[in-house]
Amino acid sequence: MSVTTLPRPAEATAGTAAPERLCAWAARERRKRAAVLGGLTLLLAALAMISVATGAVSVSPAELGAIFLGKLGLTTSVEASRVQEAVIWSIRLPRVVLGILAGATLAIGGAAIQGLFRNPLAEPGLIGTSSGAAMAAVIAIVAVTHLPFTLPAAAMSWIVSLAAFAGALAATFLVYRLSLVGGRTMVATMLLTGIAVNALAFSVVGLMMFLADDAQLRTIAFWNLGSLTPANWSSLAVVAPLMVIACVALPMMGRAMDALALGEAEAHHLGVAVQRVRFLTVLLVALSVGAAVSVTGVISFVGLVVPHLLRLAVGPNHRLLLPASALLGAALLVGADLLARTIAAPAELPLGVVTALLGAPYFLWLLIRERERGTLL
Amino acid sequence: MTSKPARRLSNDFLARAALACCLAGSLWLAGCEKAESASASSTAPSAEAQASQAAESAGLLVTLGGDVTEIVFALGEGPRVAGSDRGSLYPPQVHALPRLDYHRQMSAEGILSLEPEMVLLTAEAGPPTAIEQLRSAGVKVVTVPAEASVEGAEAKIRAVAEALDATEKGDALIAAMRADLAAARDRVAQTEERPAVLFVYARAGQGAAMVAGENSPAETMIELSGGRNAASGFEGFKPLTPEAMLEFNPDVVLMLDKGFEAIGGEEGLMGLPGMAETTAARKGRFVTLPDNLLLSFGPRLAEAVARLSDALHPAAGATTGG
Repeated sequence: MSVTTLPRPAEATAGTAAPERLCAWAARERRKRAAVLGGLTLLLAALAMISVATGAVSVSPAELGAIFLGKLGLTTSVEASRVQEAVIWSIRLPRVVLGILAGATLAIGGAAIQGLFRNPLAEPGLIGTSSGAAMAAVIAIVAVTHLPFTLPAAAMSWIVSLAAFAGALAATFLVYRLSLVGGRTMVATMLLTGIAVNALAFSVVGLMMFLADDAQLRTIAFWNLGSLTPANWSSLAVVAPLMVIACVALPMMGRAMDALALGEAEAHHLGVAVQRVRFLTVLLVALSVGAAVSVTGVISFVGLVVPHLLRLAVGPNHRLLLPASALLGAALLVGADLLARTIAAPAELPLGVVTALLGAPYFLWLLIRERERGTLL
Repeated sequence: MTSKPARRLSNDFLARAALACCLAGSLWLAGCEKAESASASSTAPSAEAQASQAAESAGLLVTLGGDVTEIVFALGEGPRVAGSDRGSLYPPQVHALPRLDYHRQMSAEGILSLEPEMVLLTAEAGPPTAIEQLRSAGVKVVTVPAEASVEGAEAKIRAVAEALDATEKGDALIAAMRADLAAARDRVAQTEERPAVLFVYARAGQGAAMVAGENSPAETMIELSGGRNAASGFEGFKPLTPEAMLEFNPDVVLMLDKGFEAIGGEEGLMGLPGMAETTAARKGRFVTLPDNLLLSFGPRLAEAVARLSDALHPAAGATTGG
C-alpha cells in the first residue's frame, strides 16, 4: 500500500492546538482503541467458549477438558464418550470457527464497502457479491438434478459451494468492470450497476424457484436463510485462508478510508492511491465474502448493521471501526448460532432468521435513541 | 419544552416494547415446536414405555424420510424409534416423537442427542457433512435407496429389513405388497378405459401450478393405477398454462391434499386458466390423495395404487378391501 501518512483527523482541525493537547488526544484514542478491541475480544472469546460447551448433547466441563487434553495425547481421570468427542471435535468446534470467520468477514466487508462508498446503505450485497453467490448457488441446486447422471450427495454440495463462490466473484467483477469509466470507477455508477446486477440476479433466483420442485425449494429456502451446519474441517481448510487474509488486510486500509471520508479528490491530494484502494478493497471483500457465503449460504443483517452499531458507539475512525467490526460480527454470529441450535433442539432455526430477529429490533431501538439525542445525521 | 422528555420517553418505551415483543414472539414460536412435541409425548405414555422397553433389548433408531419411517413401523420396529424428521407423517405414532429437522437439512448434534444406535435415512438426506459427523460419532448410518418405482419400494423395504435384521418380516411385507398390487392390476385389467390423468402440483404461496411430465413419479403412479399421463412431450415439471390445459384436456385431475388446499379447493382449481374447459372439470373428476401416500413409494404403495385406481375407474366398483 502506498498510502502516505495522513494527518490524524484531530490534527487537521487542531493545527494551532498545543502539543500537549494533541498528545493527550492521541493517548485517549489509543486507550479507547485498546479498550474497545480488548472488550470485544473478551466478548467473542466468552461466546465461543459457551458455544463449544452448549448443545443438544450434554458435555460437562470436565468431559470437555478431557476431550481437549485427549487430543494432546494426555489421559485424564474423566472419560468422555465417543459421541461426546465427535460432537465437540467434528461438529461444534468447526461450527464455532466457521461462525467466527464468517461473522468477521461479513461485518468487516460491510464496514469496508460502506467506507469505500461513503454510503450508509452499502454492504457486500450492494456490489453484487451476495446476490451473485445466491444466483449461482440456486442455479446449481436446480440444475444438478437435470443432469443425465446422478451425482453423489457430497459432490452436489461441493458444486453448489463452488458455484456460489464463482458467482460472487463474477457478479462483483461485472459490477466493477461496468462501472469503469476511462480507467476510473465512479461511485454513483458502481452503486447503480450494483443495483441493476442485483435485480438481474434476483430475477434469476425467482425463475429458478419457479422451476424448482418441492425438495429443491426447501434447499433454496435454507440456503437463502444461511446456516453454520455445513461446517467441517475439510471445507474450512479451503475457505478459511481467504477469510483470514481479508480480516488481516482490510484493517490496513483504515487510514485510506478515513481520507476517503473527506472526499475522493481530497483523499487523492492527501496521497491516497484511490483507484488502487478501491480495487483492493473490492477484491478482498469479493474473495472473502464469496468464500463465507459459499459455505454458509446468505446470512442477512450482519454486514449491513454491525458497522453501524459500532459507528454509533465508537465513532467513524476506520482504523478502529474495521477490526472492531470483525470482532463484533464474529461475536454476533457465534451468539446467534448458539441460540439457533439450542432454542428448538433437537431441531435448528435458520441462522439468518435469528441474526435478523435479534439484530433488527435492537438496531431500530438504537436509531430511535440516537435520533432523540440528535446525534444521527 | 416540557413535552420533549415525555415524547422521548414514549419513543424509548415504544422501541423497547417493540424489541421485547419481537424477541418474545420469536422465542415463543421456537418454543412452540418443543412444547408441541413434549405435550404429544406426554399423552402417549404407553408408547414411551414401550420404547424404553425396546431400547433395553435393542438400540434406539432415528429415521429420516417419510418412507423410511413408515417401513420401520411396518416392520414392527416402531417402538425403537427415538425420533424422526418432520417430513415423517405416518403412522400417527410418529407425531408423539421428537421432531428433527427436515431430512435434507439435518443437524448431526440434534440426532446424536437422542442417542441412537442406528440412523436410517433416505438417499436424499443431507448435508453430507452431517452424515460424516454421525459416522464419526460411532453411529451406524444406513442409507435407504430412494427410487420412485415398484422395484424402488421393494428395494427400500429390503434395505431397512436387512439393517434391522428382520429380513423375514421384510420379505413378508414385500410379498403382501406384490399381492395387493397384483389384485389392483387385475381390477384395472377388467376395463379397457385408460383415462387421461393430469397431475397438478400446487403449493402455498406460489401463484402458478405445475404439471408432471414424462418419467415423473406421478406418471408412474398414474400408470400403475390404470390411467395414462395427460401431459407429454416434456420431462419433470412444467408450469401450467391455459394452452397446455386445453391441449392436455385431462379426464381426471389428480392433486395432493395440501396442494388442493393451497390452491383453494375445487373453487380455486376451477379458477385456474383453461381448467373450466377440460373434460375433468365438466365431469367434476378431481382426485386428491394425502401427500405422504401418493408419491412416497413406501410400504403403502399398493394402498395408494388401489385408492387411485378406484378413483380412476369408478365403474369397476370400489373394490378396495381392508
